[in-house]
Amino acid sequence: MVSEEVSKLLERHEGKQGELISILEEIQAKYSYLPQEYLREVAVQTGRSLTDVYGVATFYKAFSLQPRGKHLVSVCLGTACHVRGGPAIAEEMEKQLGIKAGQTTPDKEFTLETVNCLGACAIGPVVVVDGHYFSNVRTGQVREILEKSRRGLDVVEVDTDERIFPVEVSCARCNHSLMDAEHIIDGHPSVRVTVSFGQKHGWVCISSLWGSYNVISKYEIPFDTIVNIFCPHCHAELIGGALCGDCGAPMVPMIVRGGGVVQLCSRRGCKGHILDLDGTTFD
Amino acid sequence: MVTLTINGLQVTVEEGTTLLEAAKFLNFPIPTLCHVDGLSPYGACRLCIVEIGEGLRSRLVTSCTYPVEEGLVVRTTSNRVNRARRMVIELLLGTCPQSKVIQDLASKYNVHQQRFRQEYDDCILCGLCVRMCAEQMMAKAIGFRGRGETRSIGTPFDIKSDVCRFCGGCIYICPACQLRCTYNQPERAVCGGCANISAPCLEKSKFDDMMCYMDPCVACEIRKD
Ligand code: SF4
Ligand code: SF4
Ligand code: SF4
Ligand code: FES
Ligand code: FES
Ligand SMILES: [Zn+2]
Ligand SMILES: [Zn+2]
Repeated sequence: MVSEEVSKLLERHEGKQGELISILEEIQAKYSYLPQEYLREVAVQTGRSLTDVYGVATFYKAFSLQPRGKHLVSVCLGTACHVRGGPAIAEEMEKQLGIKAGQTTPDKEFTLETVNCLGACAIGPVVVVDGHYFSNVRTGQVREILEKSRRGLDVVEVDTDERIFPVEVSCARCNHSLMDAEHIIDGHPSVRVTVSFGQKHGWVCISSLWGSYNVISKYEIPFDTIVNIFCPHCHAELIGGALCGDCGAPMVPMIVRGGGVVQLCSRRGCKGHILDLDGTTFD
Repeated sequence: MVTLTINGLQVTVEEGTTLLEAAKFLNFPIPTLCHVDGLSPYGACRLCIVEIGEGLRSRLVTSCTYPVEEGLVVRTTSNRVNRARRMVIELLLGTCPQSKVIQDLASKYNVHQQRFRQEYDDCILCGLCVRMCAEQMMAKAIGFRGRGETRSIGTPFDIKSDVCRFCGGCIYICPACQLRCTYNQPERAVCGGCANISAPCLEKSKFDDMMCYMDPCVACEIRKD
């Protein structure tokens, strides 16, 4: 039900700064656009006029009032990318997808948009698909980029992707290593912890590759569930007090061998992970 | 109380008064477009600019939004103000050359040339209608949508508003839209159908340039029954 869903969102964000925007962001993330009935419901429940809610929803580029495709392709037409051939890339995208910028393909696979500077001018022309950057794009690569995206960019190619590297972690309390050589994920020893959610209690192995979100676990953890994570050695709960920047769930800290901390979001499916290697932060 | 100097005259006013109000108190005329008594100041049209401060540190501010400050020195018709004001009028004239209000301003302030391309937009985004609707009619039926080049005024989803009360306040206050609602009689400036309860717009299909947000047209509705 729309109204129940909205009231849940409101509960989570009520009274906080940027309440309206946070609520709209969650709806946008879930449905890939802001359906009219949700905007109406948000207006009713937050006590704002529909006019105000609509004004905010149309103001920010991150929001869309039309359904977006499964994959969002953004072609940069900022000054730097423009002079390096951005417009030709955009044109080629339009040709191959058979739509104009701002539109969504009839099969709802792709939404194409043009943007003004993504802050990565040095590697232009830049194309971003679902948050993945493609640099120095040439028109000849457009087909490949689209095909890759169709297969899903979240399926990371562990061997060739430079964003992926293994980390070794230990418990923040007893300092015992959490690495488990018996459960291999992505070709590397995994990180093994005890997890509990609802009435269930069991182990879970998380890929030790930074950038991979693969897990195996004793019990299937339903998506969106927030779990408690414990050290299998000292049984202390791994909890630090920080909250996930993406979804607000508590973060689970672990010590990285060689210095640093990694924080994993405790919500199943959330990718709000932070790796802080002595000053260099990745997220 | 705050004491300041406007065009060389000292005046003492209550704290929180705007420069515009203080100048009005001394009878110095300042042209305004997006400011109307009874609506909150918005500072959109820049017509009410005045110069504050002295020498190199002087600057232009919109008097309708700028609160008085102790010891402030204000000039409402310095050369700099006049030049900037004429430029503002010229720009407004480029956006909405058909607006009687803007034409009158142009003639009053001796703007005799128009160097910008005439856009014939039907809105200068002054926000008067939005504030009228929200603050006087308590309806919040219309508002700003989008941003930048695509910013516009209208109802959410561009469909008939269920909170509009057909008061006509938005049309009444609009400085730009007198010509929007002329139906097939462009020589007649305002259709005013809703105000007069006469019905100028009979064939709705031809009437796609409806000026108001009272979708469907009030006058046509009246005529039909
Ligand atoms: S006519 Fe409707 S939109 Fe215009 S001011 Fe009145 S209530 Fe607002
Ligand atoms: S429609 Fe008229 S009153 Fe409303 S913002 Fe535009 S110019 Fe101003
Ligand atoms: S309601 Fe009809 S007659 Fe009245 S101003 Fe609007 S279009 Fe004209
Ligand atoms: S111009 Fe494309 S990233 Fe800056
Ligand atoms: S009247 Fe002050 S900016 Fe419009
Ligand atoms: Zn431990
Ligand atoms: Zn999270």
